[in-house]
Amino acid sequence: MTDTADAQLTGSQGLDAHLVVDRGTFRLDVELTAAPGDVVALLGPNGAGKTTALRALAGLVRLTDGHLRLDGAELDRTPPESRPVGVVFQDYLLFPHLTALDNVAFGPRCQGATKAESRAVAAEWLDRMGLAEHAGAKPRSLSGGQAQRVAVARALATHPRLLLLDEPLAALDARTRLDVRAQLRRHLAEFEAVAVLVTHDPLDAMVLADRLVVIEQGTIVQEGTPADIARHPRTDYIAQLVGLNLYKGQADGHTVTLDTGPTITTTENLQGEVFVAFPPSAVTLFRDRPVGASARNLWHCEVAGLETHGDQIRVDLTGELPLAADLTTPAAAELDLHQGASVWAAVKATQTHSYPT
Amino acid sequence: MTQLDTSDAAAETLKGGPRRRRVRMTGRGVPLPLLLPALVGLAFLLLPLLALLVRAPWRSLPSQLTSTEVWQALQLSLFSATAATAVCLVLGVPLAWLLARTEFPGRGFVRALVTLPLVLPPVVGGVALLLALGRNGVVGQWLDSWFGITLPFTTTGVVIAEAFVAMPFLVISVEGTLRAADPRYEEAAQTLGASRFTAFRRVTLPLIAPGIAAGSVLAWARALGEFGATITFAGNFPGRTQTMPLAVYLALQNDPEAAIALSLVLLAVSIAVLAGLRDRWMTTS
Repeated sequence: MTDTADAQLTGSQGLDAHLVVDRGTFRLDVELTAAPGDVVALLGPNGAGKTTALRALAGLVRLTDGHLRLDGAELDRTPPESRPVGVVFQDYLLFPHLTALDNVAFGPRCQGATKAESRAVAAEWLDRMGLAEHAGAKPRSLSGGQAQRVAVARALATHPRLLLLDEPLAALDARTRLDVRAQLRRHLAEFEAVAVLVTHDPLDAMVLADRLVVIEQGTIVQEGTPADIARHPRTDYIAQLVGLNLYKGQADGHTVTLDTGPTITTTENLQGEVFVAFPPSAVTLFRDRPVGASARNLWHCEVAGLETHGDQIRVDLTGELPLAADLTTPAAAELDLHQGASVWAAVKATQTHSYPT
Repeated sequence: MTQLDTSDAAAETLKGGPRRRRVRMTGRGVPLPLLLPALVGLAFLLLPLLALLVRAPWRSLPSQLTSTEVWQALQLSLFSATAATAVCLVLGVPLAWLLARTEFPGRGFVRALVTLPLVLPPVVGGVALLLALGRNGVVGQWLDSWFGITLPFTTTGVVIAEAFVAMPFLVISVEGTLRAADPRYEEAAQTLGASRFTAFRRVTLPLIAPGIAAGSVLAWARALGEFGATITFAGNFPGRTQTMPLAVYLALQNDPEAAIALSLVLLAVSIAVLAGLRDRWMTTS
């Protein structure tokens, strides 16, 4: 980023960050910008640096390089307690010796409110979260969902200009998760400043966030709206996450020659480097080479593995083109699939989707 | 277990063979080579205490315990042990926090230094204190000439000697508790606007309170029984620096009955301390 661009951004609202953190062999280097009201999800596999990015935003990890501005104010050197930042930690970290009310009142109290004032503010927040009757409860007697809401209330009670959520739903069981996710979505929608959440769950990210930033090995590999990322994955990790087969190759019209050799015929007419993606459900399998089949995309493969995937069977194939195929259970039985079986995989050109890299 | 059982077991051990297994399970599954030393060890620990009770001059005890000398020594002991524990708390808890929560070069070395008084013979500690804080000591000479403060052979000297010996117990106990406590609570407090000190005071301190309590009791008990450093650094002046252990030692030479009476008092105090810690240590099994 140039100096003039910096100057223009100073004084602007929202988040403008370039986070560089060196940790031995690991280096985090991501740029994040967001306007007030935005909900940004940092999505990535374990060890990608999502939590480090969050801790850097909160001031719990020092930046090696880069900058951090929030509503125009430089925060690089500001200690965590002086940043207008609220954090919802992964396992909430509610203070076990304080009641739910005093947990929420902790922030306002530290900001200089009297005991009575901060408790009044806290009671209001708990009420808003539907937790009024649990105000006197100690954290250990709260359910996971309740604890999560207390943690959100505690973070919001300091009126942060940046709300950080670290895997906010990871500690919940599947049932609670559904409810809490919907509630959290409502609270995030009401939140007028920037919210950044970290998750490795694509569903959480897509439900909660307006924009996804995918991080792998410390760098951003893709960012965009959830819909955009789901349709145009750019890395294997994202493709797997959204359940697509993804390939990279050279397009010449409707034919894409993959870097590994085989070709794929697509509907799009493109030139140069492209990605080709198709869902596993678009793949048809045959035990013998189909005669006179219209599908031009036909590859000879070998079954590497089988696993149930919902009410379907996910077939992992290696060979000419490594791919994943979804079959119904009867279809899989009819084909007599087993590890090492030789099959032909076909995909219609209309089922593929290619886009420039 | 009776004598008969053990001799049977010993005989079977000699026979060996298929019965060996049964032999090893003598005494509800406790192997004999462990059971015997264990019982001897137990007897070794209990016998002296029993002897103390057996030989106690129960009849003259009330008059012994109400004598001014005993009363003075007891008061001084309780006061100085409590004051020493207070010193340990004020200095030791922050030291434990520093060791557990911060990174600085030579931290391992500092921790080793902190624990040194644990293994140092208390008399050596007393000599060292004299050389540091004595009237001609490295620091003591300045205290004397600038402020007119003399520490050796005063009640303050007793407190210092006891604190010197007892502090490692507190520091180690509190540091262990701190290490077991999740440091991220402090981070959570910081993100809510608490300075590191506020986070320590309002979050960490309540969380580690049980460890601090346990450490204080240990330090207090150690201070109460302190002998070597005290007599070296503070001397043995009745009413001023003569604590219970010193009084016991002195009494043993001219008035053994008084020594036993004093010892019984200390034993009673120890048992009271143990009872106070009952929930913490005696029910761990």
